[in-house]
Amino acid sequence: MRLRVPPGAPAALKVLAAAGAAPEPVRPHLGGPEEGPRSLRSPPRAPGLELELDNGTVLFSANAICQYFYLCRGEEPTDLTTQWLEWEATELQPAVAAALYLRLVQGRAGPEAIAVLQHLLAHLEQHLTRSGTTHLAGDSVSVADVVVWGSLFPVLQDETSLPSELQVLRSWFRAMSQWEPCRDAAALLPEALRELRTHLAQHPPPLLAPRHEPQDEESPERMLTDDDIAAAVDIWARGPAALPPPRQPRTPVLPVEGERNVLITSALPYVNNVPHLGNIIGCVLSADTFARYCRLRGWNTLFVCGTDEYGTATETRALEEGLSPQELCDRYHALHADIYSWFLISFDHFGRTTTPQQTRIAQDIFQRLLARGFLLQDTLEQLRCESCRRYLADRFVEGTCPFCGYAEARGDQCEKCGKLINAVELKNPQCKLCRGTPVVTPTQHLFLDLPKLEGRLEAWLERSWAAGDWTANARHITRTWLRDGLKPRCITRDLTWGTPVPLDGFRDKVFYVWFDAPIGYLSITANYTDQWERWWKNPQQVELYNFMAKDNVPFHSVVFPCSLLGAEDNYTLVNHLIATEYLNYEDGKFSKSRGVGVFGDMAKDTGIPADVWRFYLLYLRPEGQDSAFSWADLLLKNNSELLNNLGNFINRAGMFVCKFFAGVVPDMVLTAEDQRLLARVTLEMRQYHQLMEKVRIRDALRCVLSISRHGNQYIQVNEPWKRIKGDEKDRQRAGTVTGVAVNVAAALAALLQPFVPGVSAAIQGQLRIPPERFGLGPGLTCTLPAGHRVGTVSPLFQKLEPEQVEALRQRFGGGQAKQTPPASAPTPAPNTAAAPGDPKLIQELTEQVAKQGNLVRQLKAAQVEKAQVDTQVAKLLELKQQLALAEGRSPEVPKGKRKK
Amino acid sequence: QVPVLQTNNGPGLTGLMTIAAHLVRQARKEQLLGSSAEEKAVVQQWLEYRVTRVNGGSSKEDTRTVLKDLNMHLEDKVYLAGNIFTLADILMYYGLHHIMVDLTVQEKEKYLNVSRWFNHIQHYPGVRQHLSDVIFIKNRLYTNAH
Repeated sequence: MRLRVPPGAPAALKVLAAAGAAPEPVRPHLGGPEEGPRSLRSPPRAPGLELELDNGTVLFSANAICQYFYLCRGEEPTDLTTQWLEWEATELQPAVAAALYLRLVQGRAGPEAIAVLQHLLAHLEQHLTRSGTTHLAGDSVSVADVVVWGSLFPVLQDETSLPSELQVLRSWFRAMSQWEPCRDAAALLPEALRELRTHLAQHPPPLLAPRHEPQDEESPERMLTDDDIAAAVDIWARGPAALPPPRQPRTPVLPVEGERNVLITSALPYVNNVPHLGNIIGCVLSADTFARYCRLRGWNTLFVCGTDEYGTATETRALEEGLSPQELCDRYHALHADIYSWFLISFDHFGRTTTPQQTRIAQDIFQRLLARGFLLQDTLEQLRCESCRRYLADRFVEGTCPFCGYAEARGDQCEKCGKLINAVELKNPQCKLCRGTPVVTPTQHLFLDLPKLEGRLEAWLERSWAAGDWTANARHITRTWLRDGLKPRCITRDLTWGTPVPLDGFRDKVFYVWFDAPIGYLSITANYTDQWERWWKNPQQVELYNFMAKDNVPFHSVVFPCSLLGAEDNYTLVNHLIATEYLNYEDGKFSKSRGVGVFGDMAKDTGIPADVWRFYLLYLRPEGQDSAFSWADLLLKNNSELLNNLGNFINRAGMFVCKFFAGVVPDMVLTAEDQRLLARVTLEMRQYHQLMEKVRIRDALRCVLSISRHGNQYIQVNEPWKRIKGDEKDRQRAGTVTGVAVNVAAALAALLQPFVPGVSAAIQGQLRIPPERFGLGPGLTCTLPAGHRVGTVSPLFQKLEPEQVEALRQRFGGGQAKQTPPASAPTPAPNTAAAPGDPKLIQELTEQVAKQGNLVRQLKAAQVEKAQVDTQVAKLLELKQQLALAEGRSPEVPKGKRKK
Repeated sequence: QVPVLQTNNGPGLTGLMTIAAHLVRQARKEQLLGSSAEEKAVVQQWLEYRVTRVNGGSSKEDTRTVLKDLNMHLEDKVYLAGNIFTLADILMYYGLHHIMVDLTVQEKEKYLNVSRWFNHIQHYPGVRQHLSDVIFIKNRLYTNAH
């Protein structure tokens, strides 16, 4: 029998106490499961407290282990002990975890933590009092007492921390703590608590832990108080004075002492992948929305991004396309820049990683890490092709799969059996380029010594997490990495397309992209301003936000911070790490190779404006969980939210001013009802600010939409179009309602700016909002006073028709991949002008294909000249391709022409 | 949400695992709780797992973890407690039924050991009761799945 008790296992105490009560002494292994051979069959559950029985059975539940020790003593479970064990597992454990989290991780005082347990302690007291026994299941110590005591002890430690009215519980707890097996186990506590603290900090907070989040916006509308109304009326009356002073744009943007300096980065898109909608919402669009919000708040904001250009994939792609890597990057960088500018992304600078600044900064960080002893050398075995004179990256090798014998397995993964392969294990390896046989060659590489930096990393993370807004998934992924333990990571590669390693013996190597790429943020800023260090070596004044999709988290939360911490150069480290989940396409994934989904360069060909894309993507933003793009939903959201809700309200407010008041904002005499609307809008705006400050962008957009819903309701109830025809009093009322409504519309223009900048600009133009009266105030304020003249008001959005969207769905369902390569392989396509899905065309083409197929067969059967057959075959293929296009399918491209 | 059993004597029992174990003893079917100390502890462990991890309102992520855990555990076992059918199998079957009903054919293949065990338990005499029969395909469709 082997008992393993790793440090920090929360359930250690009860198990040790129960072990002490076992008939034959059990020697626990303190120190973790790594020491012994860990049974493969036990669930992989950290931190791996387990008891391995002599017959090989592994118990991983602490309560079951305690139960086992008592069974060995001959004490059978009773209804009462089972009930206590179940209660402890389902009720007490989660509450204790929450209490310990409060106490150890968040540093709250003892009584506050104990308060979480109040009703459970009361339950124990009540039971002991009613049963009249000294222990939980009778008058002697049973497994129930040990289990409950073991859970409570880390929180209470001493019976005096129990509320004094729980007299009976106090004496039970004192008696248990003095009982020898418990006393011995408790002696380990101070050490155990320290470990436990680390353990808790690396795991997600328990569910019961109180979280300080803004009020749940899903909750039913809250009642307005007199204070709400008074505050809203006050803000309204302050007019433009309530807005932050407009910022004079300065170039370059640099941190200013005493101001809020916000540095925003979006994960660098890999240069030769055309970004799809999921990539766009995952980083650049989210970052842009936040950057625009920050600028509107008057914060000093710098937003940088750029293409990540080095690495194997670029090299491979360049070889395939017959270009130099630099030429390839130039082409794709321009493509990226075009896409983002179409999406109205407001980078202060959109750079790239292939610049001299990148080399300089990356090599400097490298030298500093080297000088401080944070780099290790080790030998790796790699395949080398002597005829090409290069080490082969995994995807450059093909051979026979060692698992299933498939002959064309790639060096990283077998496409047949799907198993991951270590390239050196391939049988009969072949160089993909020259078909020569590569040989296994040992080669020296450099490794970043992450274990040596782990302590600094954890200390920094603790601070960053306490003060910053990290999304839950970012914290979780980081915790998982730390929990699994950090290992040295290789930072060099045998490639030419990369930042050269400035060290003898490694001069023919370059930095591995994950080491290199994040340094791109710094070098891109350095290309923007030579004073880049004022942003990047200035953690005292700068707040750094990193935006990314969740797959990028470990590089930004663990690896890159380790590089910067090890370099010891006062670098600015991330304060807020904002990671999204994934966006799916309809019911599947975006796939470039299968041509499924909408990619950045195609969005503009749909005829749907950039702002509608932005709105829908932000509306769907995968915050908290994955979400899915759907054409039907896009249509619905455009027609219901943009057109009928937002567009309708803003248009009506403006139209009333034009039609009923000759384009001049009328006098407003506020009644109680108007004041309630002001308060309602102001509350929503407050919520909007709270959410935006926490980068909960999607939820903030919901607030904007509910403001315009309130506005629509307000107009609907007050019917200014009827009152304008009434008496003096009615006309005044119509004027007030119109005036308030148009001011709400003006506020919406500002609130919408981070989301749909084009629409916001259109509203500003139509209502002629002067720049000094455009801004985000704390609430609804009167920025368009009586006498203000508006411009020409016209509809902001267009209806999407089901047929139009259905045609797009067909087109992007999986058929566009082959249309993208710019003008390669000229295809004479006389009939493709017809809309896809045209049944007449499909029928016509089907007939033609059949006819042409027959002709080819006849020719082949007659054994006519090859050239003649080939011309007819080419014609057949062309027809088939047209048919495929008409049907919205991916056309089958003849073999040989296919691109990866 | 937590079941309570009101008995004629005493204050009543609370909790699924407590009540089920009580009824098993009442019915004189103690073998369902295991015979040796080892078996009894293992049954206890999986009953606890059932009430703490496999509850109604768990997230997709939790469900996946549970299926993964169980799939690994059942790789070399016929029943949760090894070679004997126990109360743990019965309660786990009831806890998982709503999940298994919703699994796709591919997911059922992914959690092959769970599927094999589940199919076995649902055909165990007297277990299924009113619950629907979950269909499992005999031949694997996704042999490439990894």
